[in-house]
Amino acid sequence: MPHPAAPEKHHILSVLVENKAGVLARVASLFARRGFNIFSLAVAPTDDERFSRITIVVDVEDKTIEQMTKQLFKLINVVKIDELDPTDSVERELLLCTVRADPSVRSQVVEMVQIFEGRILAVGHDVLTVSMEGNPTKVDDFEELLRPYGIVELQRTGRVALRKLQRRPRPQALQAS
Amino acid sequence: MKLTGAQALIKSLEMEGVEVMFGLPGGAILPVYDPIIDSSIRHILVRHEQGAGHMAEGYAHVTGRPGVAMVTSGPAATNIVTPLCDAYMDSIPMVVITGQVPYSSIGSDAFQECDTTGITMSVTKHNWLVTKAQDIPEVVKEAFHIATTGRPGPVLIDVPKDVSNQMMDWYWPDTVDLPGYKPTSKGHPRMIKEAARLILASRRPVIYAGGGILKARAADALRELAELTGIHVVTTLMARGAFPDDHRLCLGMPGMHGNYTAVTAMQRADLLIALGSRFDDRVTGKVDGFAPEAKIIHVDVDPAELGKVRRPDVPVVGDCRLVIEELVIAVRDLLAGGTEVPDRSPWNATVNGWRAKYPLAYEPAAEGDALKPQMVLEHLRDSTPDDTILVSGVGQHQMWASQYWRFNHPYTWVNSGGLGTMGFSVPAAIGAKVGRPDRMVWAVDGDGCFQMTAQELVTASAERIPVKVAILNNAYLGMVRQWQEMFYDERYSEVYLSPDLPDYVKWAEAMGCVGLRAETPEDIQPVIDKANDIDDRPVVIDFRTDSREKVYPMVPAGQANDAIVVPPFQEGRHGEGGH
Repeated sequence: MPHPAAPEKHHILSVLVENKAGVLARVASLFARRGFNIFSLAVAPTDDERFSRITIVVDVEDKTIEQMTKQLFKLINVVKIDELDPTDSVERELLLCTVRADPSVRSQVVEMVQIFEGRILAVGHDVLTVSMEGNPTKVDDFEELLRPYGIVELQRTGRVALRKLQRRPRPQALQAS
Repeated sequence: MKLTGAQALIKSLEMEGVEVMFGLPGGAILPVYDPIIDSSIRHILVRHEQGAGHMAEGYAHVTGRPGVAMVTSGPAATNIVTPLCDAYMDSIPMVVITGQVPYSSIGSDAFQECDTTGITMSVTKHNWLVTKAQDIPEVVKEAFHIATTGRPGPVLIDVPKDVSNQMMDWYWPDTVDLPGYKPTSKGHPRMIKEAARLILASRRPVIYAGGGILKARAADALRELAELTGIHVVTTLMARGAFPDDHRLCLGMPGMHGNYTAVTAMQRADLLIALGSRFDDRVTGKVDGFAPEAKIIHVDVDPAELGKVRRPDVPVVGDCRLVIEELVIAVRDLLAGGTEVPDRSPWNATVNGWRAKYPLAYEPAAEGDALKPQMVLEHLRDSTPDDTILVSGVGQHQMWASQYWRFNHPYTWVNSGGLGTMGFSVPAAIGAKVGRPDRMVWAVDGDGCFQMTAQELVTASAERIPVKVAILNNAYLGMVRQWQEMFYDERYSEVYLSPDLPDYVKWAEAMGCVGLRAETPEDIQPVIDKANDIDDRPVVIDFRTDSREKVYPMVPAGQANDAIVVPPFQEGRHGEGGH
């Protein structure tokens, strides 16, 4: 089974789009016809109702990402694109999972959920539905550790990301010292 | 003022200054055809929707104004997909309006319903499905703005029938509100300075002029730059006429069927100044082997073109005319400041050596043989005014037309470069003649191409649009035949068409045109003269040409441009060019 984690060399594009009919189709169609692969994609409204934000994770070389960004920006409804460096951004993903947890292992599963600061959403006779939110690597770890118990159903949201806040001294301050 | 959506649509087109539109009515677009009767806009009724699209393209090519086409839903919309894609590839400003089934029926597989905006998403710069009549003026304004600014291109407005019938309060917006669309027109001053420095430091520079020169109305600026710096110019298939062929610095067309000098000068250059060109595979050949020693200055209004194929040393995003004008100033400043230019006389001598050794040439026909297509083109060229508009289809005849014509003025060459759409020439020529009725318009077509869209000559006859068509009839799908001869061991598969079926003269006459034929060299001049004298209806000449004739030079597909193949009778001279 392929490992669900994003490959090492992934890029995150945070794309601000006009909230108009068909805009997701335009983005998806562009990726398809230029031969770009999408690893994950998340769309949601922003605080401004005129715009939505699409977070796209792609696994490509630097040269391709530049072309991808430029082509994407040619779409009339695309307003702004931020390429987020994984080391310089805050990423989050949500996982929902129904996992086997018959009485003999239930306490182990519950403990796992607690360690990962997840939640138990529903309890069946020998299954549990759990949720867990965190940075994607942590979500990968959680998924991997649940797997041996037997995953009945699993759904991840795909990641969303924002640029990390700058906490270093401002450039002016540096020059002054 | 209350108007129906349909009335608002036509009024919006009038507000945009539309004088002519090409189209064909049908069920879903019926409401919009009613106000046309009372409009100042001339409507030209085509015989096939593909024709409407290519006519709009031809019109846009020669006038620089957006071509407008209007057709109904379903099959009409799918028929216009080819011209949309063609215009998208060649950056032609075009506005297409399609009818759509009532908004309330969308998604129900209604009669003549198709997902027009979905289908055309990837072949338009942008498209709209109008959901309220009240939005129509705003959408039309946006459509023309997007089609004509930045990198031009086709747009499509899909109008459901109930939206056309809906009432709206008329208004005309002063501006467009497109937060995601702000094309850059002015080049970055630092990049322009760097480009100027590189230009003056180069020993073997070549200007690689593309279709963007014409789109940006930059032909004068290009000429000024070339003359100021003394740098040779190649004009790509899309840029023929952007720099005069009879200019001493013009090297003509590069690429797969470019002339030896244009191709080789680019290969040996130490600097390519790419202006509104996009390093198309038909120009570069194998990219790894293309102009290996050249640094690249790349100017384009579309940032996505910079670095798409070849990484530029100096990228400049901007409108070609504005950037070239700034570049001229920057070069002048450097020269005034005493910048030394290296001695380019050895390079110029080398280029002139290639020109002398490898001119475009063909072997004259032997007694009794069919006509040489190149000879027909030379006669046609020499018998028509210098500003004649030449329109071609796609294939061998297109390459010969580009090679053997002398384009001395911008906007005199109309062809399908990027998409390579057979059947382009007849409708595009009609659109060109509508746009420039003062000019003589000749379509040079192949017999294969002609059969795809010839019925539009009925449109031309009915509308009194006197275009002239020269069919280079070699009874084959000639370019395919050439590849089968050269690369498939002369195994000719499904390329023979017959010279007599159809009878082109009778067909022309049946469509209300004058039909003429030339079979021997002595026939050529008299039929051309006769055609040139006719100005009240279209003319078609069936030139019987030699099917064995191949387009040379040729860079075999997938090979580097150094592998250029010259015509057999020039082969002995290979390698003498030196540099």
